[in-house]
Amino acid sequence: MRRYIVGRLLLMIPTLIGVAILTFVIMRAVPGDIVGLKYAGSPVPQSVIDQERHQLGLDKPMWEQFTDWMGEIARFDLGTSLWTGHSVVEEIQIRLPLSIELAIIATLLAIVIAIPLGVVAAVRQDTWMDYAIRLFSIGGLAMPSFWIGLLMVLATITFFGWAPPLVFTAITEDPIANLSQMILPALSVGYRYSAVSMRMTRSTVLEVLREDYVRTARAKGVRESLVVTRHALRNALLPVITVISLEFAFLIGGLVVTEQVFNLNGIGKLLVDAVAHRDYTLVQALVLLLASVFVLINFVVDMVYVVLDPRIRYS
Amino acid sequence: MTEVARAAVRADDAAKRRYLESTGPRRFARFWGEFIHRRPLGTAGAILIVIMLITAALADRIAPYDPTEFRFSDLLQGPSLQHLLGTDPFGRDVFTRIVYGSRTALLVGFTASFVGCTLGLVFGVVGAYLGGRVDQLIQRLMDVLLSFPLIVIAIAVVAALGTGEGKIGNVIAAITVPIIPRVARVVRSSALSVVRMPYIEATRAVGSGAVRIMFRHVAPNVFAPYLIMLTAFLGQAILLEASLSFLGLGVFEPTPSWGLMLRGAGMQFLEQAPWLAIAPGVAISLAVFGFNLFGDSLRDALDPRLRTA
Repeated sequence: MRRYIVGRLLLMIPTLIGVAILTFVIMRAVPGDIVGLKYAGSPVPQSVIDQERHQLGLDKPMWEQFTDWMGEIARFDLGTSLWTGHSVVEEIQIRLPLSIELAIIATLLAIVIAIPLGVVAAVRQDTWMDYAIRLFSIGGLAMPSFWIGLLMVLATITFFGWAPPLVFTAITEDPIANLSQMILPALSVGYRYSAVSMRMTRSTVLEVLREDYVRTARAKGVRESLVVTRHALRNALLPVITVISLEFAFLIGGLVVTEQVFNLNGIGKLLVDAVAHRDYTLVQALVLLLASVFVLINFVVDMVYVVLDPRIRYS
Repeated sequence: MTEVARAAVRADDAAKRRYLESTGPRRFARFWGEFIHRRPLGTAGAILIVIMLITAALADRIAPYDPTEFRFSDLLQGPSLQHLLGTDPFGRDVFTRIVYGSRTALLVGFTASFVGCTLGLVFGVVGAYLGGRVDQLIQRLMDVLLSFPLIVIAIAVVAALGTGEGKIGNVIAAITVPIIPRVARVVRSSALSVVRMPYIEATRAVGSGAVRIMFRHVAPNVFAPYLIMLTAFLGQAILLEASLSFLGLGVFEPTPSWGLMLRGAGMQFLEQAPWLAIAPGVAISLAVFGFNLFGDSLRDALDPRLRTA
């Protein structure tokens, strides 16, 4: 087991190096650099542009830029943003709480909606309740979450005369103002998210309900509610947990569209702006961060499997 | 002829008939007959898809106006008999643009899903059959693609290929990339069990080369998961196209696209002209809904054990 864990952790390194190389190559392949974009259309002499490129190290050969960057990463130095001049850590620190909070609220909403509905749909398979729940969940998969967001904004404007505020309030400042700001985006993301998890819950619970040990539990007179919660749901949860956690990993950086609709300044927007500005250091740091979160959560899920299901032993 | 011999011939005929019925067009017809009979939701999805295909094919007959023509006499009109779904801030008919938008959605959806799933199939089968170092390398490559944020690929592709009318290739490329690793994983796990089958060993013993075995013998046997993912990712690809166009990283004006319709005018005139935000969203949802319903039922019909989230 320990060998497996160490092996898995070591395998993350080539994956992340691959991500680093890919980011580096893609960003360099995209036409234009930050200096060119900054002075686009302004009559700045070529010597100034060349000097600025030299200062930022953009005139060095590619491989040298890459090894420099790898050296910095190895020293846990993410560098400074080429666009704002602030440190990359600082830039990320401002936005990360918002993105994490949104992801957490959306996840909680998804769990609260998905698991009970998924179980009900499975237990009442092929009844009108099952069909209604399935339609609700397939609808959640079909509607773009940003469109649901737009409709929510439209509804609040027309019926309550309320529009999402333009300035973000941190949860530490004013929890109520913060939550009222986060609830609509969280709902619009959480609906889709819950649809994915609900389908998974339904199909795994259905599978487990046909197992022999469920029949045994019923035969020895266990109450149906206990059969469903203790015997069926517990054993059906593994794939559901996988789906929920992978979606969570995606949510940290993948909410660009929702952030746009609700005017939130999160990690997704930061990433898009950084790529648009050709802010190499910031893009590289962000992509590595998001990829690390993804890879780590994948790893944690596999470890959670071992805890929840004693039959699983990696070797 | 003796009684025994006659019975043998009868049995042989029956077997031949059963064989004929179990292959080719008849089997195909029976599969779909049963599908329509047993899976009402899937059939509803299929109907939605057919409607969408017809709309796309006959767009110039169905749509009452030109999708790109500005009509400054009809700016931001509400829904009426003249403009079923109203007009946008340039006076373009929303219904017409929705009808033409189905072409964009289907083109992007089909191409991205087909190319992505096929490349995924190739990677999955090659990895499973060759094993060892090649498999390891492919798996790591897929991990990299899987953990790479889609949005960066999208912006990079758009920046590299440029923007403008009819530049649809960049959206397709950006959507294809994230499909590949997801398909490759599923195909690889199905192919791993196929590779161990005795008939694969037999083909190798006969002297077939690796390429022939992989694509004549292994690939056809993982066709069910491939087909299921092809329909599943069709809906996803349409959704992604809408999101990317909404962000301004997908299809560009004046090409009609549902996501693009939500972008500028839909957001800006949300209060004044809510029809601009509602109609394209309904179109996206119905299209994805159709493909999801159909894909789900197809999965149940082809392989009840296979699960893809």
